Amino acid sequence: MLDVDSQKPPKGKWSTPPFDPRFPNQNQTRNCYQNFLDYHRCVKRMSRRGKSAQPCEYYFRVFHSLCPRSWVSRPRGRRRPAGGARVEGPVQLSRRPPPPRPPAPPQVQRWTEQIQEGTFAGKI
Amino acid sequence: MAYPFQLGLQDATSPIMEELLHFHDHTLMIVFLISSLILYIISLMLTTKLTHTSTMDAQEVETVWTILPAIILILIALPSLRILYMMDEINNPSLTVKTMGHQWYWSYEYTDYEDLNFDSYMIPTQELKPGELRLLEVDNRVVLPMEMTIRMLISSEDVLHSWAVPSLGLKTDAIPGRLNQTTLMAMRPGLYYGQCSEICGSNHSFMPIVLEMVPLSYFETWSALMV
Repeated sequence: MLDVDSQKPPKGKWSTPPFDPRFPNQNQTRNCYQNFLDYHRCVKRMSRRGKSAQPCEYYFRVFHSLCPRSWVSRPRGRRRPAGGARVEGPVQLSRRPPPPRPPAPPQVQRWTEQIQEGTFAGKI
Repeated sequence: MAYPFQLGLQDATSPIMEELLHFHDHTLMIVFLISSLILYIISLMLTTKLTHTSTMDAQEVETVWTILPAIILILIALPSLRILYMMDEINNPSLTVKTMGHQWYWSYEYTDYEDLNFDSYMIPTQELKPGELRLLEVDNRVVLPMEMTIRMLISSEDVLHSWAVPSLGLKTDAIPGRLNQTTLMAMRPGLYYGQCSEICGSNHSFMPIVLEMVPLSYFETWSALMV
């Protein structure tokens, strides 16, 4: 690799979550979830003791980098593609009207909303 | 990207893909040698008037054609395992990018610093500009810094998809509810194309992936503009 040192972030600045030996394999689901849990547990316990939650920031940064946004909280207005959403597809041969849509399933709640509503399954 | 009348793999852009390319050459050579030997022996068998009707045993040739294939298999297995372990080496990435598969487009999230996220739809054939590639171009490419180790986290919002970029030797399934990690390292700048590699509905063939590998300064400018 060329000039590895110049690619390291300045000391003290956040770059990206480092390798976590607790989760060495391809499946990083637990890595994201564990850091999410650890952040909320840290915040809860620090606030209970009246201390600043600044040390918990590490866990926040890790799960914020790793977890897909849709798992954590409801999106706040997605970007629409510039050229419109027209997708090329197979030729429609049938002229029958489309079948009636099944009723929409209940919206999947994200973790943050679940915590606020008290329906979060994990132990914080 | 793929080109007309292509016979082999695409040119390698990552060190792992280069290793895989050479391994493929090595293994395919062994396959061709064995196949041509067998074809030659079959042609000999079919074009001789000689016969031998009293064969009792053939200890020597049986020994040879047991030991020799075992050696050949070892000669294939050792480089294969070397590359397998090389893929699993621990590296500390410099950047994390998430990609979520949808029906039928990919969305990308860069959340290490600011919250940058966008959707990447295929450009329909009628809207292609001259020189653009049919069924491969997208409206928003995935811009990434080259020569840096990047952690890609791949998942899906609905059904199974698969995020593949052959030039980098990458193919990782996008499974709803699961976060799959793969490591990306491009050795040179350029555009690298891939397509969804897991059947996901009617427009499965129409959700490509385009990586735009650029120097780090270009990447920083781009991400500042996109946020």
